Amino acid sequence: MDSPIVIDRPRRGVNRRLQTMITCIVLLMVAAGILLSGEWIPSDAVTPDFSRKGLSPSLEYPFGTDWLGRDMLLRTLKGLALSLKVGTIASMVSAVLATLIGAAAATGSKWLDAAINWLIDLVMGIPHLVLLILISFACGRGLTGLVIGIAVTHWTSLARLVRAEVLQIRSQPYIMVSRRLGHSTGWILLRHILPHILPQFVVGLVLMFPHAILHEASLSFLGYGLPPDEPAIGIILSESMRYLTGGMWWLAFFPGLALVLLVLLFDRLGENLRMLLDPASAHE
Amino acid sequence: MIDPLSLLLDVQNLSVSFRRYQRGLAQTNLNVISDLSLTARAGEILAVAGASGSGKSLLAHAILGLLPANAMLSGVMRYDGQPLNAVRQKQLCGSEIALIPQSVTYLDPLMRVGDQARGAEKSAERMERQREVFRRLELPLPSERLYPFQLSGGMARRVLFSTAIISDARLIIADEPTPGMHLSQAMEALSILRELADAGKAVILITHDVDLALNVADQIAVFYAGTTLEETPAADFAAGPDALRHPYSRALWRALPQNGFEPIPGFQPYPEALPDGCLFGPRCELKTAACEQETPPMRTVRGGKVRCVHAA
Amino acid sequence: MTSLQTLRRLGGRSGKQLLRVATLLLATTVVAFALVSLSPVDPVQQYVLGVGNVSMEQRAAIADYWGLNDPPVQRYFLWLSALLRGDMGTSLLYRQPVAVIIRERFLNTLALMMTSWLLSGLIGFTLGCVMGLRRGRWLDRVLRALCLMLSSVPTFWLGLVFLLIFSVALGWFPIGLSRPIGVANADVTFGQRLHHLALPALTLSFISFASVALHTRQKLIDVLESDYVLFARARGENTWTIMKRHGFRNVILPALTLQFASFSELFGGSVLAENVFSYPGLGAAVSAAGLNSDVPLLLGVTIFSTLFVFSGNLIADILYGVIDPRIREERPHGQSNRD
Repeated sequence: MDSPIVIDRPRRGVNRRLQTMITCIVLLMVAAGILLSGEWIPSDAVTPDFSRKGLSPSLEYPFGTDWLGRDMLLRTLKGLALSLKVGTIASMVSAVLATLIGAAAATGSKWLDAAINWLIDLVMGIPHLVLLILISFACGRGLTGLVIGIAVTHWTSLARLVRAEVLQIRSQPYIMVSRRLGHSTGWILLRHILPHILPQFVVGLVLMFPHAILHEASLSFLGYGLPPDEPAIGIILSESMRYLTGGMWWLAFFPGLALVLLVLLFDRLGENLRMLLDPASAHE
Repeated sequence: MIDPLSLLLDVQNLSVSFRRYQRGLAQTNLNVISDLSLTARAGEILAVAGASGSGKSLLAHAILGLLPANAMLSGVMRYDGQPLNAVRQKQLCGSEIALIPQSVTYLDPLMRVGDQARGAEKSAERMERQREVFRRLELPLPSERLYPFQLSGGMARRVLFSTAIISDARLIIADEPTPGMHLSQAMEALSILRELADAGKAVILITHDVDLALNVADQIAVFYAGTTLEETPAADFAAGPDALRHPYSRALWRALPQNGFEPIPGFQPYPEALPDGCLFGPRCELKTAACEQETPPMRTVRGGKVRCVHAA
Repeated sequence: MTSLQTLRRLGGRSGKQLLRVATLLLATTVVAFALVSLSPVDPVQQYVLGVGNVSMEQRAAIADYWGLNDPPVQRYFLWLSALLRGDMGTSLLYRQPVAVIIRERFLNTLALMMTSWLLSGLIGFTLGCVMGLRRGRWLDRVLRALCLMLSSVPTFWLGLVFLLIFSVALGWFPIGLSRPIGVANADVTFGQRLHHLALPALTLSFISFASVALHTRQKLIDVLESDYVLFARARGENTWTIMKRHGFRNVILPALTLQFASFSELFGGSVLAENVFSYPGLGAAVSAAGLNSDVPLLLGVTIFSTLFVFSGNLIADILYGVIDPRIREERPHGQSNRD
């Protein structure tokens, strides 16, 4: 070796665990801030005021105002708060469904497993957005239909993950030992299997969140969901379409960007958590 | 005894270490090969024999320039009298130096084996040569149209051997070519290596099976914890413990089934916790204070080389 | 093994698959019909809205004519038997047979989806290969961050932004519709069609190429770290040769499968894109059908789009069988030459 190969790529200074914790805290603070501001902003702050119609973004109105003179920043915040609420409820329900169904598929009879697999194929076969439209229609359109729709259609991939995880744990020798010791299936589920799928559940929940929020926005954009005067991001964007040609670009740009950032934040958090929990990818 | 003209590969004091980062910026070097020396000569089989986990595969990777980016190398390697550096490794690998890998996972699962045996070079002669080599290795002609998953273990092994023979390389490194084989299959594989050596190639046979290697090897390099403790003609191994120079070699000899099957007490040190001085020190019955002071240099003793202060 | 055997085995696989698809499709009709039956929206009320002054007796007559007073199960079977005969009813919204609407609009949607499907496949695969080859370097990091960001962007917002930039600010593309207003369908030139298609298709492809790229990147990294690539390097093959001989071969199949399995997202995306760009396709029709309680059209498009998704999955499955030698040349049971 005339010249020894020296390639040096030092890792970032802050270690990943700390980094993830910081991300978590920042994210929770942002989420709490949005939720609180959604509650605190009085509704008269977003009532029409024709003295400030169609103002482009400025220091006073960073997101501008709309054709009725409503402050777009405040409307966006209210919209995000609503998205967070819908996203939280819907993905919670969906994650619980996924865990129950996945665990049932893995621990139940062969027949049940096949039936659940078939059910997953069924849910995934109808284009997701079309299924959401159908469910929303079944519930007479409106917020309830939206939440139900998102809750009952997002569990499939997490259910598959949980099923695989439970199957893998079930084949471990210590489960066999536990069974020999006379422990019941319920006891084993509670003591051995549940603690193992808890991380999967948390990560699945966090990663489901971005999808739930995006679908909420898509459905409101299409006109399913809330009445038009409620400030949901989808509705804001849908309304803005009428004013695009008039040059009021800020009506569409900023609310959408805020939504993207919120989604991105949760997506990154989920990925960070997943990497922490999965040692195979933790080194990347 | 050593013909300088036949000397093809000369490795002197080769060390390989990996940089690792633990918690934040703390950095450690993991020595996987330390101060290793060996020589391979045309027309001979050099068996590098040692227990599993002693870093033998990394030796092959170091010679071929396949170490990952976080590996650091020091020492001198010479091929055919010239230093073997990264540039030359790129030139010589595949044409002058060939690797025979361990298992079928070294074949692309989606490519027909004939194509893989020929390699990237495409020509009528190459095709002719591949068919000729397949014939020689008793691989039926239609097998070149098969995919790796369709091969039996023995066929896959012969396909892997064929890659080295087709390339017509002068130095062939066979990395554990026999595990998982029946004795007859293993002997057949080794006899191919013997033929190659008899045809003037230099062969390095990396193996954990000293017993099997003794059947074909000319030289044995006894490998332990990332270094060579002794380089000896195979005849000395056959002759018995008195002909050997290093206490570990003698212990290896006694551990062979026909010589008492006597296990060696203790265990090989991990790269994280290498002992000071002689690497075999902690398990050696001859250990003295001198053994702990420094790594014993390689000395020539009775026509072989040994790394032990007690050898005479 | 002979090619006949291969065919027979593939046939057997597909047969099972077809049976599964048939039961799933049947279940889809049940689910869709049950959902629209659950709706509190009164279809007669919706119908009447479009007609004008209608007396209570006339309403009752319409409800009776539509069989709304029959039990739901009976209505389902009536609807199903009509569906199997190819009769999907008449759209309340467009006053045309649903089958005709689907036929006309599906061509528009298909043009949109296939353009973006090809675009996203090509861009995604290329980017994925670039990232995989440069893994850990700055180019990889930048592209990866970009792809991760893109997968968080909602289709309709991206569409709005494109509209703002390319149509409103730059004036390069029209605001909507698949052809210029006031021009008969037959007179539209190919160029005009393309002009109107470009922006929606671009929007739609932006949504999916990120996932193709990230998937391809990961797969390529797995391949480059495999034993067989290590062996190829040991044989002196350079990076490009390795890509040519082993990289593409091992990466393209999963990428293709992923592309064919993405028809569901593609259709969902086209619903949104068509609404943003007022593009007269099936997606715009299905959301309008739901909003206007056009039950026959909603049901028709649901069944049709599900069929579309299943055919994508089926193609992916068959493709695997035809391209992957491990499935294609698998020996039948009990016949093995392993020793």
